Amino acid sequence: MTDEEERMEVLLDHYRSPHNYGKIENPTAELMEYNPVCGDTVQIFLIVENRKIREIKFMGRGCSVSQGSASMLTDLVGGKTVDEAMSIAPEQIVDMIGLPLGPSREKCALLPLNALQKCLKKAGFGKV
Amino acid sequence: MPFWERIKEDFPIFHNLGENFTYLDSAATSQKPYSVINALSDFYSRHNSNVHRGIYRLSEEATDLYGRSRENVSRFIGSSDPRQIVFVRNTTEALNLLAYSLGHDLVEGDEILLTIMEHHSNIVPWQFLQEKGVRIKYADIREDGTLDMDDLASKISPRTKIVSVTHVSNVLGTINPVAEIGRIAHDNGSIFIVDGAQSVPHMPVDVGRIGCDFMAFSGHKMLGPTGIGCLYGRIDLLEKMRPFMGGGEMIREVYTDHSTWADVPEKFEAGTPDIAGAIGLSAAVDYLRNLGMENVRDHGRELMRITFSLESEAGIPGLISYGPRNPDIRGPVYAFNIGSIHPMSVEESLADRGVGLGTVVHPHDVASTLDGKGVAVRSGHHCAMPLTHRINAVATSRASYYIYNTPEDVRRLFHSLEHTVKVYSR
Repeated sequence: MTDEEERMEVLLDHYRSPHNYGKIENPTAELMEYNPVCGDTVQIFLIVENRKIREIKFMGRGCSVSQGSASMLTDLVGGKTVDEAMSIAPEQIVDMIGLPLGPSREKCALLPLNALQKCLKKAGFGKV
Repeated sequence: MPFWERIKEDFPIFHNLGENFTYLDSAATSQKPYSVINALSDFYSRHNSNVHRGIYRLSEEATDLYGRSRENVSRFIGSSDPRQIVFVRNTTEALNLLAYSLGHDLVEGDEILLTIMEHHSNIVPWQFLQEKGVRIKYADIREDGTLDMDDLASKISPRTKIVSVTHVSNVLGTINPVAEIGRIAHDNGSIFIVDGAQSVPHMPVDVGRIGCDFMAFSGHKMLGPTGIGCLYGRIDLLEKMRPFMGGGEMIREVYTDHSTWADVPEKFEAGTPDIAGAIGLSAAVDYLRNLGMENVRDHGRELMRITFSLESEAGIPGLISYGPRNPDIRGPVYAFNIGSIHPMSVEESLADRGVGLGTVVHPHDVASTLDGKGVAVRSGHHCAMPLTHRINAVATSRASYYIYNTPEDVRRLFHSLEHTVKVYSR
């Protein structure tokens, strides 16, 4: 298996059996992000305590890149501080997936990060 | 009959990209044969100069070649007078020209009747006219993907000034009964426009028999170069219309305070035109005429028959395809999904709807996986968002065929789809 095939398998594992999939009742914040062009949708649920992400879940539908990226992102930010989550750069997500995505699929990859950061802002954790 | 299996040999891209490349996106743009590529090269190597202005021999040559290209295209679509062909960039520009020029005379409350299966290029230019109170209506489709003619007839009114419809849908493949729609439009006193982007490349098209006032089409979808397209318009109508763009070539005289216009079609061709493009398009027309447009149509119909038959044989779980099942009223376009992702609005919530993991393979994943197998298909809304939503999908994948595609290409599509479903099943 080549390196790229391995990374593809990792992404597909996240897509087929996403981590942290589901809904949180009474979340600190919740937000849905939607791309009308392709229909990719990610809804983020957060419980934040002492500026730390104690729990994160998502629901979504869409392509393997958007949904796999959402699953990986929830693994990445669980337990992190909101400031750490807010400072994740788009390049980190692209690197985390590690596949040659091309410009149109990069949008799919970044949808969950946008959703998370908008969700944190909505809850008042944006950078001042 | 043309020897279809050998046509790929006329197209250098298939030689260069090798046998494992299967191009199924000709509804977006076609590949180009040597004769078209050589016509461009020949023009730039031997005849290049500007048209209409030089007194010298070379410019006369270029003007002559440009004019002969116009005559050739005019004959190809059954136009009785080459002055009825206006060279533009593409179908989109032709329709924008019409919306601008015809739209100038429309007033508040006037109506434009379109269909729900239009490409954005036959929607958005008309939407610009909504600012002045012009209303747009859309004739609906039936469940089988054909145009609902009763709905069309019910939506035409004394205020309907323009009826503009696509000849062949770029998603459903539906071939619309344009001659019949033309009669309805003309009985109502409406101007009748046909978007021929997906018909002129694929079937015999005769503007006289259709009875349209205008027809728009693109060169690049019919083996020609990008950057050249045509607006056919009835000469008496073109003569009455105001110009679209101003500049050189389109004027007779210019004074500091006013100008007068050149005759049709130059009145609509401001600036140096795409001379080489027109010559390339003419070479494409020669190539197609040599194959015979009836033969081209038969080939497309045959590929659709094979598609439907392989579709039932393959039994791919969750496969949904769109458009009429009768190959006689169907252009060579096959839009499909593996499971359906419905459109939704931002007000909705996934959790509230209980949307969970299903057996859907997103069109992006379909296209990426097919690409990995060397099969090029398009995924998205194909510039027809209202139609995509009308068929209750957020996007579709689309395979579209042309003269160089073979039954083997269709088989590769279905083999690759079987592989795709295996990869993504969850």
